[in-house]
Amino acid sequence: MRVEGVALVVEGDNIDTDVMYPGAYLNVEDPDQMAQYLFEGFDPALRERLVEGSILVVGSNFGIGSSREHVPLAMKGSGIRGVVGRSFARIFYRNCVNLGLAIVACPAAADAADNGSRITIDTTGAVEVDGVTFAAPTAPPLVLEVGAAGGLVDWTASRISGRASAAE
Amino acid sequence: MAHTLVEKILLAHCDADDIRPGDVVTVRCDVVMANDVSGPVAFRAMEKMGAKRVFDPARVVMVADHFMPAKDVKSAELQARLQRWSEEQGVTYYGQGRGGIEHAVLCEDGWVVPGAVIAGGDSHTCTYGALGAFGTGLGSTDIASCLALGSFWQAVPETIRIDLAGRTGEFVTGKDVILAVLAQIGVGGGTNAVLEFVGPGAEALSVDERLAVANMAVEAGSETGIFPADEAVEEYLEGRARSPWNAERSDPDATFRQHLEIDLSALEPLVALPHLPGNVKAVSEVGRVPVDQVYIGNCANGTMTDLRQAASILGGRSVHPRTRAIIVPATQAIWREAASEGLLDLFAEAGAIVSTPTCGACFGGSNGILAAGENAVATTNRNFRGRMGSPEAGVYLANAWVAAAAAVAGELVHPEVIR
Repeated sequence: MRVEGVALVVEGDNIDTDVMYPGAYLNVEDPDQMAQYLFEGFDPALRERLVEGSILVVGSNFGIGSSREHVPLAMKGSGIRGVVGRSFARIFYRNCVNLGLAIVACPAAADAADNGSRITIDTTGAVEVDGVTFAAPTAPPLVLEVGAAGGLVDWTASRISGRASAAE
Repeated sequence: MAHTLVEKILLAHCDADDIRPGDVVTVRCDVVMANDVSGPVAFRAMEKMGAKRVFDPARVVMVADHFMPAKDVKSAELQARLQRWSEEQGVTYYGQGRGGIEHAVLCEDGWVVPGAVIAGGDSHTCTYGALGAFGTGLGSTDIASCLALGSFWQAVPETIRIDLAGRTGEFVTGKDVILAVLAQIGVGGGTNAVLEFVGPGAEALSVDERLAVANMAVEAGSETGIFPADEAVEEYLEGRARSPWNAERSDPDATFRQHLEIDLSALEPLVALPHLPGNVKAVSEVGRVPVDQVYIGNCANGTMTDLRQAASILGGRSVHPRTRAIIVPATQAIWREAASEGLLDLFAEAGAIVSTPTCGACFGGSNGILAAGENAVATTNRNFRGRMGSPEAGVYLANAWVAAAAAVAGELVHPEVIR
């Protein structure tokens, strides 16, 4: 999976999913409505700096706490296509993979990027920041497969249709 | 090859011949759970997947607990959808007045047994490790895929072995054990690992206290916190377990990422200061903190053990005039037991509010939201900025003794000051 975009730097470590999408708004079910609350408990002004094709550049242990998928759904709805960070909390990482966002832990690339940097993420093992390529760990095969399918919805859909045609 | 307890559980739930940490495998679920927040988002994803029916209605449980009772029209609609979907799919549904907070309900009602794999649409699904299960929190699309296929992808975690020695002293509980772990390894120290609690100190903890410990494993970044099942679990499960089970343990020569040792007899009551669960200090070392709200309850600390501890502080005393105390028994059954023991009346007499079981203010949903500038002492599991309401409020995480003492004193104090 390969995506290109423009960096938006989110400063700080251990940024939790509560500040990215406060609990009070978890009664929103429609993904189209979630984007308006992204970063609400942290820095709402960040929303105005997002563009179609933004790539978040983040610190260590980003996305700790709740399993709320409202965070990556709101990110997708805001135009974010990928995340490069020093490291990620587990549930946030897998939620991004499952929604088809390109997410890579690559400390050197995260440190090199500034706001506005051109970034290309290749989930098979590289991050390019303003023309400089950094090696990143290759995602495991099953994770790459989910990414290549466009996310877990399409991956699961193909499993279901595969089963149905096998039964015929 | 030698294996840890969690490796054994995952190996028994996947098709691989052998597994080692880092392998990504497809893991079969024994139970899939979601709630009024994660469920409806999952149902949408499941429809997009083209899945009409769940993989096995007998293994699916839905619990209305987050915005319960509904705080507004939107949350009422979420619960209505959860209920309707559950009826259509023929799965087990715990509605209002029928269950309580999901993790407490699933343990209490026998869904969680040692060796089981439980996928939950809530990060605190790690609580099930208290009973020797691999319970792990997942997002809604993961849950949708679990509902459709009965499985999920999982990187086999490493294991951090935590040896507990000694016994906890007065006013020290399971909450302090996990806060002590967070003080040592921090909020990222358990990432890509499970915490396994062993040793005589672990065996001496009651099931209620183990729930409190396992509940906050995710606060260290771990997939779950697990206790090998023993006689205490066997006794707890008698008459509850919905499926047969076998107790496993880690092999003595299994590979662990890290070993920690904690002497429980040396612990004192601890508190996590705003705004991070790993920001831990001894209560006696924290300076003066005026307390506006005390909140006793959540998916692991609204047990009878917690309520009895709170009652022994609040009995015959009054909640301080500047403080409000909200007490939330975790399930309907606990609520009733506390009522029959006279605890609920004792709380009311002291000037506390007794609530119906709900996730409520623990995640800032309803039922005790904080104003700017306010401080709360809560037996809950997260104190992130804005977690219980205003981003300008402070949440101090502590055990039920400390919380009840704060209610009486109107400030954060060591419980021995009250007793």
